Amino acid sequence: MAAEFDVTARGSPAADPPPGILGKVMRHLLHPFRRGTPPQPQPATGFYTDTSVCIGCKACEVACKQWNQLPADGFAFTGNSYDNTGALSAESWRHVKFVEQFDVLRSLRERVPGNGGGTSEPLAERAEHSPADGRLSLDVIPPPADRWLMMSDVCKHCAAAPCQHACPTGAIVYNEFGNVYIQPDICNGCAYCIAACPFGVITRSHFDGHAHKCTLCYDRQKDGLVPACAKACPTASIQFGPVAELRERAAKRVDELKQRGHAAAHLYGNQRTEAYSELHSFYLLLDRPAVYGLPDDPVNPWVHMRGDYLRTVAFGLAGLLLTLAVFLLAGRPA
Amino acid sequence: MPGLGATLGRGAATTYQQDLANADCLLVMGSNMAEAHPVGFRWPLKAKENGATLIHVDPRFSRTSALCDVFVPIRAGTDIAFLGGLIRHVIEHDKWFREFVLAYTNAAVIVDEGFRDTEELGGLFSGFDPTDRTYDPQAGHWNYAGANGKTQHKDEGNPGTHGYGHMGGGEQHPQPQKDPTLRHPNCVFQILKRHFARYTPEAVAGVCGCSPEQVVRVAELLAANSGRERTSTIVYAVGWTHHTTGVQIIRAAGILQLLLGNMGRPGGGIMAMRGHSSIQGSTDVATLYDLLPGYLPQPTTDDAHSTLRGYLDKETLSTGYWANMPAFVVSLLKAWYGAAATPENEFGFGWIPRVDGDHSHLVTTDRMARGEMTGYFVFGQNPAGGGMNAGMQRAGLRALDWLVVADWFETETATFWKNDPTGPPPRDVKTEVFFIPAAGSPEKEGTLVNTQRLLQWHNQALDPPGDCRSDAWFVYQLGRRLKELYADSADPRDWPIQALTWDYDRRHPHTLPDRTASRIHDEPDTLRILQEMNGRTADGRLLQTFGELKDDGSTACGCWIYSGVTPEPGRNRANERDRTPGNPVEPNWGFAWPLNRRVMYNRASADPDGKPWSERKKLIWWDEAEQRWTGPDVPDFEPTKPPTYRPPAGATGMAAIAGDTPFIMKTDGLGWLYAAKGVKDGPLPAHYEPIESPVGNSLHPRQPDNPTVRTFPGPLNPLAAAPTADFPVVATTFRLTEHYLSGPMSRFNSWLNELMPEMFVECGPELAAEVGFANGDWVTVRTPRAGIVCRALVTSRIKPLRVDGRAVHQVGLPFHWAFAGETVGGNANDLTSIVADVNVSMHEAKVFAVRVEKGPAGGPGLLPTKRPVAWPTREPTPGTPPAAQPEGGYAHGG
Repeated sequence: MAAEFDVTARGSPAADPPPGILGKVMRHLLHPFRRGTPPQPQPATGFYTDTSVCIGCKACEVACKQWNQLPADGFAFTGNSYDNTGALSAESWRHVKFVEQFDVLRSLRERVPGNGGGTSEPLAERAEHSPADGRLSLDVIPPPADRWLMMSDVCKHCAAAPCQHACPTGAIVYNEFGNVYIQPDICNGCAYCIAACPFGVITRSHFDGHAHKCTLCYDRQKDGLVPACAKACPTASIQFGPVAELRERAAKRVDELKQRGHAAAHLYGNQRTEAYSELHSFYLLLDRPAVYGLPDDPVNPWVHMRGDYLRTVAFGLAGLLLTLAVFLLAGRPA
Repeated sequence: MPGLGATLGRGAATTYQQDLANADCLLVMGSNMAEAHPVGFRWPLKAKENGATLIHVDPRFSRTSALCDVFVPIRAGTDIAFLGGLIRHVIEHDKWFREFVLAYTNAAVIVDEGFRDTEELGGLFSGFDPTDRTYDPQAGHWNYAGANGKTQHKDEGNPGTHGYGHMGGGEQHPQPQKDPTLRHPNCVFQILKRHFARYTPEAVAGVCGCSPEQVVRVAELLAANSGRERTSTIVYAVGWTHHTTGVQIIRAAGILQLLLGNMGRPGGGIMAMRGHSSIQGSTDVATLYDLLPGYLPQPTTDDAHSTLRGYLDKETLSTGYWANMPAFVVSLLKAWYGAAATPENEFGFGWIPRVDGDHSHLVTTDRMARGEMTGYFVFGQNPAGGGMNAGMQRAGLRALDWLVVADWFETETATFWKNDPTGPPPRDVKTEVFFIPAAGSPEKEGTLVNTQRLLQWHNQALDPPGDCRSDAWFVYQLGRRLKELYADSADPRDWPIQALTWDYDRRHPHTLPDRTASRIHDEPDTLRILQEMNGRTADGRLLQTFGELKDDGSTACGCWIYSGVTPEPGRNRANERDRTPGNPVEPNWGFAWPLNRRVMYNRASADPDGKPWSERKKLIWWDEAEQRWTGPDVPDFEPTKPPTYRPPAGATGMAAIAGDTPFIMKTDGLGWLYAAKGVKDGPLPAHYEPIESPVGNSLHPRQPDNPTVRTFPGPLNPLAAAPTADFPVVATTFRLTEHYLSGPMSRFNSWLNELMPEMFVECGPELAAEVGFANGDWVTVRTPRAGIVCRALVTSRIKPLRVDGRAVHQVGLPFHWAFAGETVGGNANDLTSIVADVNVSMHEAKVFAVRVEKGPAGGPGLLPTKRPVAWPTREPTPGTPPAAQPEGGYAHGG
């Protein structure tokens, strides 16, 4: 199959042992000590999810489940718009969120007869915007007041991932594409990563007790294929590629949307903040992150922990000094 | 699709989905494109990125509305009123494309002065016969003034006998009287203007429940984005067709697009989004009872049709491309009957069954329920779940002697005898049901003809499991057994079976893509079937184009419109996927009928002199130096006929089509704003209320619904015909992305079921408060036919509309659930009724009247008929180490 994106250099498995019985013995004796060449680091890859073109079709969810053979995790009608997935989990690595923003007060006003209402503005106002040739140009069309926002959520593949910091077994690693990857056979199910993730991405599987999350289709990337969700997305809402390239594309798109009146359009996670690293899976949002159920200002638990550690050490030292002082002072003969 | 056929000449989408990206404005109406056609919706989004305005007019704020710039809520079933408002605005404010309309439409033609419009007759056109509720176009003087062509007779307007509507429309005088100033009171333009004068923004808003400003705004946006430099497209789907006025809704869209000059041009046209995979193909090769392949009329019991000569004399149009019909018909007979078809026996014309009445699906269902049918083959369909008034469909199945269902899963139709919660116990069902396991699409090869007339071949990826076989295998083997059975018969009525050519055996070993031999040896060679449709000469050479077809029996062609798809041995254009850099039309990706034209009527992309209307919107133009039509698309016109060509008096066939008239399937080459022929319920669209409506018709108070609609009264099919307080809520059905149709392909898959696990009704908080239920509660939705129990999805996306001075509630019902599968639930189609429009026997699933009640607590208590499988494909990938197994699968990591 033709590669869908360029993979310049790949790691190689360990060289084959010599054939024959001797080879078999050698393999069994030496195998645990053999090492392949580690894969060459590649330019970091990630997702850019443009929510302004998401149609909420959930093709990403199904493509992800099919490629990764994730189990269906129950038929529960939530009543929460069209979202019956609920949350990201060990079984659902993509989750399409639906946010209905409808102004109830305004809709009541609309039903008063004689009032224009709807998404239309009064005619007189519109005429003012009309250019001289009488033709309406796009810029007079304000973004609709009633909105149904959709967004396909996924692991953020943080540049400095708290889950990776928290993992005591080394199961969570950065692979050669700079993606955060959980090795399920090394994971011991301690769940520290679950507590560490500020986005609630990871859970433990009911089936095997290990933590699972989006691998950014590591197995596909190694073969030069784009991740299943990005491949299935019909409107290019989910875009995959080298992060640097994606950031450029995303910045351009935000400018475009702003020109068209989407004043709130912005990128989420494309830059590091004081409290958090940049995300390799970042988003173009049309409203505040909290509207989409994302933390407005994500905080790496480590940020707090640094102070806690310092304070602990400082208090410890102070306590020690105090004790010493007490003993020294108390020990002095009267 | 007579709506498009009568207006433009061919009953199919005029453009292709990729072309939607070229539009400056898109009106999506009667379609939930983002949800029902999500892959195609990338093109409207491309247009939006290029600066186009997307408009959605729909009863519900759906995922499509979410992506559009403008959303206008209307009451279901009021589309003609809304479109009429747009047409009126365009005419009254002089926003129409004058040069286009004058040259390419019948606006200037003068109509017989005996014609009377709905304006004069209180909502009826002249020629209405109240005894049998049909129109007689002749008595109604629908014709052009002084018409001397063949007139449409009353019997052609009768239900059950086809008109010319599906393609082309009827004969019309090629050079009628015209008034180019458009001032003659009886010219089409003036009739149109008077007809739609009633559709003021205020009147329309009163019917539709939107605001007058919204009507004006949409009209202004469309008008501003049409003309020489700009084009707009209208996208529709079954939200328009599933009405008793569906054909006329589409006619209204055709009128609007002709007035705005948006036909045959890039980013223009009418995009009909079909409701199933390859449904376009199924009408092309005539699964409809009243058509032969390629939209040829099926002969009827009419005396004139008793001989081939009589049939051709009556049905062949003397001018336009349909003048070639004798060649199409004779070649079809040669393809079917081969050597047995000779000039002496009229090529076996007598062997074709005659139509003696309406045998459409709904009418047949009605007969079935009355016990008049004995057997039924069901392929890829699920009438017990997805058929209109599914309760009546199941009653029909119970009255059969035998039923054959070929499907992937045990659908409602296969299990109605044991699992129907409303049916009698299995021992009381006499029907013998045969379930034939069918192959899935990756397990067989063949073509799909998509919504834009594009034939795309798909290869077989793997063998089907066990006894599963393709539908083609079943039909082919059945045909072979029938031929064996009748081989020795001397009974003349068995001749058609004896004479039928039926040899599609594989001549080469059947191999799979991995070069292994297929396990199945008797699958027919579908490429040979396609080649038969493509056509051959007597010496076996494959045809390059249907232009080669002859009426003397020297050519054979199974479906003339597909001619050219396999132009030579070893070449299958449907299987070609070549990109053509620099040509946005991508002509080498698949094959579009006719003759790979992607934009139909594209002669209209140039002005009458053959120059593009504008540089920005050029597609086909007249190359003076080469003396031929040229451009990125294949010209839908005689390639060397100059724009200056004028037909001599008495010309016939294509010679009668002038060089500046682009609609070559029409006898006069013009787009028909006014359709004297081809539509059985009036030459112009008029707003009628749905059969079940909680309000009256405020535009034509004396005529509430379409006067020609047929109903099927009976205890199984009661209607709430008059506005009644018992059923005060307007209901519409809709489709979710997560499921497919009645669910036979999706409700047996856990990955899809978990995304949309339960039947629900979408309604607004106002209705919920009125009835007294909350989001997620169980409610019962009732019509006179049935009541179904489902969840309430209360959402502000649905708002009550102000109609007729009062608030009218609307609810939406997805039609994906029934009683078979992993997830089961109330069936929206148990609620719908069987009624039939006069043109195509279409039902009215998209609007009916309901009542919503609270409860019962605990839901319907239905049990799934299939246990959910958490991993739909659980087996570990063979020959793959644990570390390389799928990441989320249980076999990964070992």
